[in-house]
This record gives sequence, C-alpha cells and structure tokens, in this order.
Amino acid sequence: MAGWKDEVEEIVFPGKICVPYSWTVGSTLSKWYVQLRDDGEIWANRCPSCGRVYVPPKIKCIECYKDMNEWVKLPGTGTVETYTVVNYHEPSLHPKKPPFVYGVIKMDGADTGLVHLIDGVAPEKVKVGMRVKAVLAKERDGHITDIKHFKPIA
Amino acid sequence: MGKRVGVVGVGQTHHAAHRLDASGVELIAEAVTRALDDAQVTLDDIDAIVIGNMDHFENINYVDMWATDGLGSCMKPVFKVTTGGTTGTTVGAAAYYTAASGMFDVVMGVGWEKNSESDTQAAIATCANPVLERDPFAGAIGPLATEYSMYMKAYGATEEDAAIAAARDRNNALNNPYAHNRMHVTVEDVMNSPMLSYPVKFLDMCPRSDGSCAVIFATEEKAKKLAPQPAWIHASVVRHDYTHFGDLEWQWMPTLERATLQAYKLAGITNPLKELDVAELYLPCSTCAVKWMDSFWFCDRGQAPKLIRSGATHMDGILPINPSGGVVATNPIGATALIRVGEAAWQIMGRAGDRQVPGVKKAIATGFGGCSWSDVFILGADLP
Amino acid sequence: MERVAVIGVGQTKYQQGKRETFHELVYEAASKALKDTDITVEDIDNVVSVSSDFWDGRTISSMAISDASGAFNKDISTVEGDGTFGVLYGMMRILSGSFGTTMVVAHHKGTESNMNGITNTSFDPLVERRLGLDALSSAALQARRYMHTSGATEEQFAMVSVKNHVNATRNPFATVPMEITVEDVMNSAMLASPLKKLDCSPVCDGAAAVVLAAERNAKKLSTNKKRVWLNGVGHCADAYRLGDRDLADTRALKKAAKKAYEMAGVTPDDIDVAEVYDAFSYMEPLWLEGLGFCEDGTGPEFEERGAFDFGGKLPVNPSGGRMSANPVQVAGLAAVIECVLQLRGEAGRRQVRGAEKALAHGINGMCGQSHCVWILGK
Repeated sequence: MAGWKDEVEEIVFPGKICVPYSWTVGSTLSKWYVQLRDDGEIWANRCPSCGRVYVPPKIKCIECYKDMNEWVKLPGTGTVETYTVVNYHEPSLHPKKPPFVYGVIKMDGADTGLVHLIDGVAPEKVKVGMRVKAVLAKERDGHITDIKHFKPIA
Repeated sequence: MGKRVGVVGVGQTHHAAHRLDASGVELIAEAVTRALDDAQVTLDDIDAIVIGNMDHFENINYVDMWATDGLGSCMKPVFKVTTGGTTGTTVGAAAYYTAASGMFDVVMGVGWEKNSESDTQAAIATCANPVLERDPFAGAIGPLATEYSMYMKAYGATEEDAAIAAARDRNNALNNPYAHNRMHVTVEDVMNSPMLSYPVKFLDMCPRSDGSCAVIFATEEKAKKLAPQPAWIHASVVRHDYTHFGDLEWQWMPTLERATLQAYKLAGITNPLKELDVAELYLPCSTCAVKWMDSFWFCDRGQAPKLIRSGATHMDGILPINPSGGVVATNPIGATALIRVGEAAWQIMGRAGDRQVPGVKKAIATGFGGCSWSDVFILGADLP
Repeated sequence: MERVAVIGVGQTKYQQGKRETFHELVYEAASKALKDTDITVEDIDNVVSVSSDFWDGRTISSMAISDASGAFNKDISTVEGDGTFGVLYGMMRILSGSFGTTMVVAHHKGTESNMNGITNTSFDPLVERRLGLDALSSAALQARRYMHTSGATEEQFAMVSVKNHVNATRNPFATVPMEITVEDVMNSAMLASPLKKLDCSPVCDGAAAVVLAAERNAKKLSTNKKRVWLNGVGHCADAYRLGDRDLADTRALKKAAKKAYEMAGVTPDDIDVAEVYDAFSYMEPLWLEGLGFCEDGTGPEFEERGAFDFGGKLPVNPSGGRMSANPVQVAGLAAVIECVLQLRGEAGRRQVRGAEKALAHGINGMCGQSHCVWILGK
C-alpha cells in the first residue's frame, strides 16, 4: 500500500450522522427538574442505608444500591471544589463564548458536587474553596440550565 | 482449563414501545434488581459486570460508564461489548467467558435499549459502508425481504408460511407478561397487514422496543449453591461473515449453519430437532422463521415450509420455538439476544411461568445481527 | 490457572490525517502481528476487536474490520473502550478453555471526527451534556483539583509533557516527537486552565494488534524470545458523575492495581518499566500514585526529581506515551505493545535495559472513571 498516494488521488467523503433523539428523563430526575423549574428549588435525595445525600438525585445509592426515597431541600449554596477557565471555543457545544468558567460545586447539605458554570466574577478571581450560590434562570424549561450559573457569595 | 458455568438468575423489564416512565438508567436498574431477586443474591455477590447496547440508538458514548448508577457498577470491574443485533448474545458470551476464565465467580451481563429515543432505521442505516453501500442498501427490512424472496423462488416457500410463523410467535407472546406486543393474531391478519417491502408485511416484522435484560452467570461451585437447577452453558459459538452486504450468500445462512454445527458438536447433539426441547431464536422477521430452519439443521435444505406447516415448532410440537413470543413480539435491540438466553435459561430452571415447556433438558438460544452474523448458545439441565 | 502469553504484536505508525481507511489500518496492524511471530491467520481461532461507533461515525463499526482482522468464519467479539480492556477479554476467552489463540485488534481514526463533540456524548444528556463539557474541559477540572490536593504546580505538569515528548524522539511510531522545554509548554496556548496546548495529547490515527496464546499454543507457535507473559490484570470503575467523585482520588485505580499485582505476585517495586495513561500531562503523576509507585500527592515531586525519566528509577512512558500519540481506542493496546517490546529487548533506542516486569495501564470514561492495569513479564 505504501506510496499509493503518489499514484492516485486521495478522495475523502464528508459525512454527518443526523439522528434525532428524545431522552426519557425518568422518575427521579423528572421530579428534580420539576422542583427546579416550577419552584426554583434545588433538591437532593438521601440513601436510607448509608445516609449519603446526592445532588443531582440518584435512583439508587451508588455505594449501597438501595432505593432512594427521602428527599431534602438544599439551600442552593456551596463551595467550589475545582474549576477551569475555558479559553477554546466549540460553538456547537459551549453555552457561551470563552473565556468562561466550569466548576464542580460541593453543595451545602449534600455529599456530592454539581458540575456547572461559574459566572458573575472575573474568571481569574475564581478560586478553589470559594463560596458560591446558584443563580436561577428566569425562563426555565426543566433542564440543568434552569440553574443559570453559580456566582460568588458577596 | 476453564470452569463450568451456569445461569442462576434472570431479570427483565416489562418491555414496551415507549417506556416514558423510566430513563435508560432506570430501565437497567429494573432489570438488574429483578435478576438479583431471581438469583436471590445482592449486588455485593456480583464480582464483575458486562454491559452492551448500540451507541447510535441513544447517543450515549461509554455506556458502561454512564450506566453506573443503574448497573450498580461503582467500584466494580465492568466493560462494554457491542456487536449490533447480536449485542445481547455478545454480552451473554462475554459474561460467560468472564466467569469461565476463573477470574470471577459471579458475573452479570446486562443488555438494554431505549429504541423509542431515536430513529432506529436511520441509526441502523449507518452500519453500511459509507463510501459503498450506505446509500443504496441499508436498514433492516430490505435485506431480509431480499433473502426470503430468493428462498421462495428456490424452494417454493410462500408468504403464508411466514405468516404461520408470525402468528405462532405473536400468540405465544400472550403467555409472556414481559412481552411488548401481546395480541391474538391469525394467519389472515398477518397476510392482510400492510406490505413493508415485498414479501415482508407489517406483522411479519419485529417492532422496536424499550427494555433491558440482566442475566447472572456463576461458576460451577457457586451456581450449585445459588440455584436448585442452574441452566448450564454447554456451548457458546459465534460466526461472522464478510464485511460487505454485497459479498454475502443470501439463499442460505452460512454463519448460522457453521455456528449451530459447532455448537451441536460441543453439546453432543446429533439430531437437534429431536434432542433440543425448546428454542429461543433471534428471528427478526417471520420470513427468517421459515428460511433459517434449514440452517439450524432442523430440516433438509428447502424443507422449512413443510416443517412450519406441520406445527412441529408450535407450543405443542416436537420443538417449541419462541414460547416467549420471540423477537417479532419484543425487540429492545441491545437486550433482544440476551432475552433469548434468559428465556432459555428460565425454561431449564423451570421458571418460565405460563410459557413453560414441560421437562426442558436442552435449549438453544441465538442472536442475529451485523453483516449476517450468528451467535448460538446451548444450555442444559445437566452439567456439560 | 493456565498462563497466557503475548506472542505477536503489530502497529501502524500513529499519525494525524492518515489517508488509509480504518479497515486498511487494521489489515496493516493484524498482518504485522502475524508476521511478527511468523504465524498465519489459520493459527488464530478467535478475534476480539476494539472499536467505537462514535469515533468511526458508523453503527456496528466493528462490522467493517471483520475480514481485515482475520475473523471470517471465526468466533469474534467487540469491546468498546480502551485497548487494555480488549486484551482483558481476549485473555479471559483463552482462560475459559474455549480458545487457544486470540487476535486482539484496535483501530482509531480520530482525525476524521471532532474530539470535543464526540467526548461531549460521554456526558449524561439528562444533566451535564447541555453544559458543553468534553474530555478536555473535564480533565482541566481534574487537573485543578489535583493541584489543590497535592500542591502540584503547572510547571511540574509541564515537566511530564517535556519528558514524554522527548522520549517520543526515540520512538518511530510516535505522532509528535519533540525536543521541547518547560517554557515551551508554559508558553503554549492556555486551552482550559490549568491545561495548555502542550499538556494535551494529539488525537491521531492508527491501529494496533496483539496475538495472545494459551501456554500450550504459545510454546508451539512462538520462540522463547518472542513470548511475553500476561502475569496479572485488574479492572475497576468509579462513580459516573464528576461530582460524585473526588477527582484527585484514585480509589478505582488502586483496586484495579491491587488485583493485578496480587495476580502477578509482584509489588510496584518489582516493575522495571511502565506505560501509563497520559493523554493529559497531569494524569501521569496522578495515576502513578494510584498504581502505588509513590504516595498520594507526591507524584508531581517525583516527576520533578526525574524518578520517572528515561534514565530514572522507574522509566515511565519511554515510548512517549499517549502524550505523543493518542489513537484513543488503541491507546492502551499501544501501551501493552510497548511493554512487550521492552521485555523482549526490541525497543531500540528507547530500550530500558534488563526489563523483566512491565506495567501497562489504560482508562475508560471521563477523568479516568475506569481503569485496566496489566502486569507483563518475561
């Protein structure tokens, strides 16, 4: 095969797979999103066995595999566990133009973190350990972006 | 040498066209929970997990990672296998080998699909080579229609023969609470249903379903403790064919002939029609339920119409095929072939409820997919 | 338990924008693996392919390589994920007693697609996907967390990039061999802080294949010089959501490594050379901690002191690692192959002298959710 490119033209077909999807949200996350969309509240759920509190809520405790049925309302505040300032742009994916900040926010009242955007602060001022609170979107459609972003607690 | 392995538990969802009540992860959790209950074990007893589905049906990359919460795989060994329509038997085989290797004692295989979440035919069409065959020859119905019209011409099979098989499987599904399509169907109903692609009609063809299936395999020592009657694996065989659809032999089914021949040899079966007690076969279309009988060695080549017309494969026949209703009743693609293994195992374990065939000692379960690929399992009540 | 050996290896050169189809790349790698130990396709009784429908832009993409891998009329299966998991399944199929000789082949043509778009589909469409996360931005979150818990600096990460790019200058298969400096890395474009362009591996194209054989077959089909034994393996997955994990914690890797070491009957001290997943610079010291080569949080210091340099206490990624060639699904298989070449003494200018035991490592999922660890020995 070596050298074939000197003898024939290299042809490349452009292609794209376009399949529409509709993802079923299911019992646990539907409840979470309805609470977020309609009441503007962030809830978590607690494992009846080990007591771990998860946000986003779990269908089963990942450590115990027990059904989760106890819900707790979170205050919507938390601490930045880690963050990144994104400088590259992927227009088809990114919710905004760079630079912008992603963070993992350890939510008060929960044992897990929520991945989200951090805004309302200059990107270079974001720090691990920074206290932040959720800013809700005015128009909410029952998705993770119903939380607009997290911003520092003044 | 490896260990002997048996199935000790099976769980499946109630399959449906749209399971809007459950996310993909929740469907998986449903099947896993039921399999654990069936085997009377907890997740702590599961040493390793294998999962499979088809990527483009839900557009989830790394499903083995994404499914963690439902699968119960956090801090457990897990990997993903996928081979299109055969994915379910591929999962079953991978779980079987994982146990048989002696590296893990109790292994759970999980297949799932939420076909309602995408355009199944559009996703399947992308399996054909994009620079040769994707545009002219893709999707599932066309190739199956083509092969049966060739078989009709060669051996005098009829559209009615396929309709008999369609009615057989669809009526069997009435006995299966997990089946997706459960309706009484006559041969006339099938013949009068809309033509999809000559000679395949609407009621000849499988649906697309939402569902999941989990099967728990255990090594001999464990299996004997966990189940009064494990379904022992006597053979697991896969045969693949050429890469391009245009290269395939269409008048008969070479991969199935080769795979079953090898599987029968491993299981010591010389007359499959007589020695097998029940068959759960991946027949995506009732035309296959006629044409492929030759390749299962259930009859001489070209004699399938006679076999089907005789009633030998009905519930009261010599070899009941698809007591569960098979694939024309239920088809969550990544789970479909694993359901065949699970149903065959339940038949041996005596747990098949209203669809139980009495006294099953040997069962066959198969998968079909890809570029005319065949997977075959032989399960038995006695140790192999 | 019966022993399983690697008796043949083959790989293409890893490059960006290769013009051969992935089907042709698989032919090349599989043919080289057969030729490597002078056997034919008739000696192979089953095949495990490693592929990804997402990267290939094709449903059931393993369908396209079934003839190229020599699978016609053979028992074949397909693992989706890293090549190390393909080797795992290949070995278990042999240990089951059903097979004697397995061809494991992986391919990747990442440059035909869009890395960010493909890896975004690893995120849950119900939660994080809409935020636009991908492999790079999530790795950046892990890198920052690791800096916070270990005190690691960006310069220390840059040193890993320098080490592996320079190591790659001795590897004819690598994509981006480069004599670069820490300043070059630090001055390269900041993509997602703290990760800069030269902290990140290039997604590239290529294929690799190994032939595995049960002991009875290995002794018939290969010479002593070509045989390398698969002494131990372990795999384990952590939680899915990034927020469910402490991203600087390596508990799943520790569990996988423990199993691999125990099965092989060795300790980290016995390892002479390691090929560790380093698609992003910070990952190498993090995973080296999880693999037990240093205490938690000390990886970056050890890197800085040169412990993992080519002439160091434990040469890590003498091939240049994934940092200099990242054919995604193939990555871990390339790591296994490098270990085989090192143990055979066929690693040319990058040969670690007298290597008796080697470790290969691959990951699945974002931020190393799942790990597969191999111990290989002469």
